Amino acid sequence: MKPIDQKLVQQTIDELAGKELYVHLETTNGAYATHKNQGFFSVGTFLRNARIKYVQGKITGPGPYRIGLELEGGWAYAEGLTDWEVDDQNQVLFAGHDPDGKLAIAFQLSEKPFRK
Amino acid sequence: MERHVLVIFPHPDDEAFGVAGTILSHTQNGTPVTYVCLTLGEMGRNMGRPLIANRETLPDIRKKELEEACRLLGIEDLRRFGMRDKTIEFTDSELLINRMKEVIDDVDPSLIITFYPGYAVHPDHDATAAAVIQAVQRMTPETRPTVHALAFSEGCEDILGEPDIIHDVSAHADQKMKVIEAHESQTAGVLQTMKQRFMENDETMKERMNTERFWTYPIDNKNE
Ligand SMILES: [Zn+2]
Repeated sequence: MKPIDQKLVQQTIDELAGKELYVHLETTNGAYATHKNQGFFSVGTFLRNARIKYVQGKITGPGPYRIGLELEGGWAYAEGLTDWEVDDQNQVLFAGHDPDGKLAIAFQLSEKPFRK
Repeated sequence: MERHVLVIFPHPDDEAFGVAGTILSHTQNGTPVTYVCLTLGEMGRNMGRPLIANRETLPDIRKKELEEACRLLGIEDLRRFGMRDKTIEFTDSELLINRMKEVIDDVDPSLIITFYPGYAVHPDHDATAAAVIQAVQRMTPETRPTVHALAFSEGCEDILGEPDIIHDVSAHADQKMKVIEAHESQTAGVLQTMKQRFMENDETMKERMNTERFWTYPIDNKNE
């Protein structure tokens, strides 16, 4: 992955608008967070291969970045994004890595389903 | 000496820190070891240092790391269950127990090494171990293998007591370090510190590398 280029990302968001897409959306603080710090309130979520179609969307922020996609009947939102990549499967991958390089959030869009 | 050892864990690298020395002592003795690994750790947070993986490439990278770790451990029979990281506790329990039972019947181990259900911190660890224990409980008592379980949750010794199996694996410490190193995407961030502490004879790190501790799981004979 490489650091987010806001202009290129905005172009990509514009190109995918109106298409039937699969989404992978995930946040994580790691399964060991509470083990390492008893007072830590651990939360995390992931949703993989849900269908999504958005009308328009934007990337904002000084970096780390936020992405918000306006769906016909709702919204998809992610913050803390630092890196991105369009892989050889044409899957658009956004990720937020913390200062230690650990993944904290992933937001991914693809016209084909992601591997189960 | 064991006839055949069956190691069952959900994530590649679960075998590295607390079990690698024990596995090496078996394989170097000529005892065959089968390793059942349920997932490829697809949801890991570590992406290497510098970053070498992303959410979609991580499984392929970890698969290669797992295969290399097995080679270093002398494990010739690696069986992957193709499940997804973080989902073990939500899968159909009966199906999982049956898959465990099939592997146990096929391998016919004298010893199983897995986590201690309820005391292994990660929900995948607990769910994997619980399925293994249930599969063993369903066997007729004479045919049951011994189960050595790994526990490391906070305060587990207050409840479980001291582990009854303590292996000195110092003879395998160097090779064990190589196994940990093989899981590069997951361990690159901590490896330098670990190696340094080990070389400087840091007591905690020496203990962690040289001693592996297990509890013999009390298979309940009353549930028949
Ligand atoms: Zn694990």
